Amino acid sequence: MAKDLMKGNEAIGAAAIKAGCRYFFGYPITPQSELPEYMSRELPKVGGVFLQAESEVAAINMVYGASGAGARVMTSSSSPGISLKMEGISYIAGAELPCLIVNIVRGGPGLGGIQPAQSDYFQATKGGGHGDYRLIVLAPNSIQEMCDLVMDGFDIADQYRNPVMILGDGTLGQMMEAVEFNEPKKRELPPKDWATTGIKDKNGKKRLISSLFIQPEDLENHNLKLQMKYEEIKKNETKFESLDVDDADIVLTAYGTTSRIVSNAIKALKKIGIKAGMIRPITLWPFPYGAYEKAADSAKAFLTVEMSLGQMVEDVRLGVNGKKPVYFYGRTGGMLPDQTEIVEKVKKILGGEI
Amino acid sequence: MKTVFDRTKALTPAAMHYCPGCTHGIVHRLVGEVLEELDILDKSTMVAPVGCSTFIYDYINCDAQQAAHGRAPAVATGIKRVHPDSIVFTYQGDGDLASIGTAEIVHAAMRGERITVIFVNNAIYGMTGGQMAPTTLAGQKASTAPLGRDKLHYGMPIRMSEMLATLDSATFIERVSVHDPAHIRKAKSAIKKAFENQITGVGFSMVEVLSTCPTNWKMTPVEALEWLKDNMIPYYPLGNIGNPKEVE
Ligand SMILES: Cc1ncc(C[n+]2csc(CCOP(=O)(O)OP(=O)(O)O)c2C)c(N)n1
Ligand code: SF4
Ligand SMILES: [Mg+2]
Repeated sequence: MAKDLMKGNEAIGAAAIKAGCRYFFGYPITPQSELPEYMSRELPKVGGVFLQAESEVAAINMVYGASGAGARVMTSSSSPGISLKMEGISYIAGAELPCLIVNIVRGGPGLGGIQPAQSDYFQATKGGGHGDYRLIVLAPNSIQEMCDLVMDGFDIADQYRNPVMILGDGTLGQMMEAVEFNEPKKRELPPKDWATTGIKDKNGKKRLISSLFIQPEDLENHNLKLQMKYEEIKKNETKFESLDVDDADIVLTAYGTTSRIVSNAIKALKKIGIKAGMIRPITLWPFPYGAYEKAADSAKAFLTVEMSLGQMVEDVRLGVNGKKPVYFYGRTGGMLPDQTEIVEKVKKILGGEI
Repeated sequence: MKTVFDRTKALTPAAMHYCPGCTHGIVHRLVGEVLEELDILDKSTMVAPVGCSTFIYDYINCDAQQAAHGRAPAVATGIKRVHPDSIVFTYQGDGDLASIGTAEIVHAAMRGERITVIFVNNAIYGMTGGQMAPTTLAGQKASTAPLGRDKLHYGMPIRMSEMLATLDSATFIERVSVHDPAHIRKAKSAIKKAFENQITGVGFSMVEVLSTCPTNWKMTPVEALEWLKDNMIPYYPLGNIGNPKEVE
């Protein structure tokens, strides 16, 4: 199949439309505005609806309404806007509605900056909104993988009736690469027999979309049901890539854009005779803790590299579980981790200097 | 024997949880009667607010979505854009619509969303125990304004209908009251018009219903109806607000 050269943000839109997404609600923010712009141009051509909302709060609530009404729907934003969406995301998770949320992360906290960052890891994987809920968080490291995960992401959302987040960063949003649109693996998708269409179902029963369970025992049961679903997701959907981990003296962990820098650093390390490997989580939640079990026995040390001052490293520590030291190197605020600094850090760790 | 009065089939048999004398129940019934009379019960989705009327979805017999506090117009927008031929309405209190949800209602009206909004203004936060609302009258006591709303501290109450009526795509805005049978009948015809507008696709329609909260106003139901008539109506005049607008 012929490949198209596309900018990351536009490729997300193209993949979403290919996946049957027909509704987009969003609000402009750098560095993801090419995505709503693309959707405003392309969705009407396929009979879809693009709507620029008055705020990210409104946009995510429009997603709630549209998803509750049975549509395949998405929104996108960047860090400060995602913070505003957190209320709605909690309601969507509570009401078990499928949707795709894209976060093209920029530096924070506060207004922060507009350059790429990975400092929304905690927000994406550990809550952000209130309550015991989970977002399925997918972290591509190329435009091609971003397209694949967007297309599969809609199916994952439908399969589990759960919101899915694509966690990218400004680099992935802005760069151009050749992509092709591949059908995701076939999944058994349950019928949306819960959607409020206004028309009651065959038995004349009305439908209700709600996250409200006023009786404590009902709310506990609802939460227990959600937890069972999350266990199922952990079992079926955890995804990572491992590179030369088995005989590595040091195992690095990185996701997204950072993993590309790290894989270059690993090549450089090989040239000077250092055996380094990499675990690249593709799902940040569920996190691939299992990938660390064997590695924690075989490797001497671990190094996590992030475009933040240390967020995912906490999950790596949980995975390694105290068996070996876990080190951290990160840059933040839009500064990229530097390959030579990674190499130097590894030399120091293995040389016993830190 | 001839039946002269019965429950509309738009209402479920569930016993309402409202306090004695609360007018939420009357407004529910009016909405229900209109849904039945216009024969749109089986094509309607309602969006329930956060407030005393959250559980409206237990009482009105149509599909429903429960929205976050103030966000009902955004949720309704999502539903209506997916099912443009269905009937979508929100039912919101004054804390919900006139405070935390001001942005959502203003922009739904600005876009001329083809939805119907039932706005129940009881000048108080009922559900949370009688705190001051933006609609609380100057001097009116509330649990967070124990000496009465001080207009120097909080300004004067917000008139949402008048504000929204400045928007060209807000095609129908009317304020009604339910403090006596004559006004209840008028309220019903405004609600009916607001739904008819949606059927014909005219544009955004909202009915503001002046309503009582005897519990938090600390009055008997009858005193509350009197208080509404004597205090709310002078500040919140009844009738169609702004001229009916033609939208191209
Ligand atoms: C985000 C958020 N803030 C606050 C609340 C608490 N709360 C619940 S109902 C309510 C006020 C409702 O008042 P109103 O909309 O006037 O409805 P009423 O009960 O008077 O009918 C508030 C503040 C909430 N549920 N969510
Ligand atoms: S608190 Fe007020 S608004 Fe709420 S049910 Fe009681 S009387 Fe009605
Ligand atoms: Mg109120």
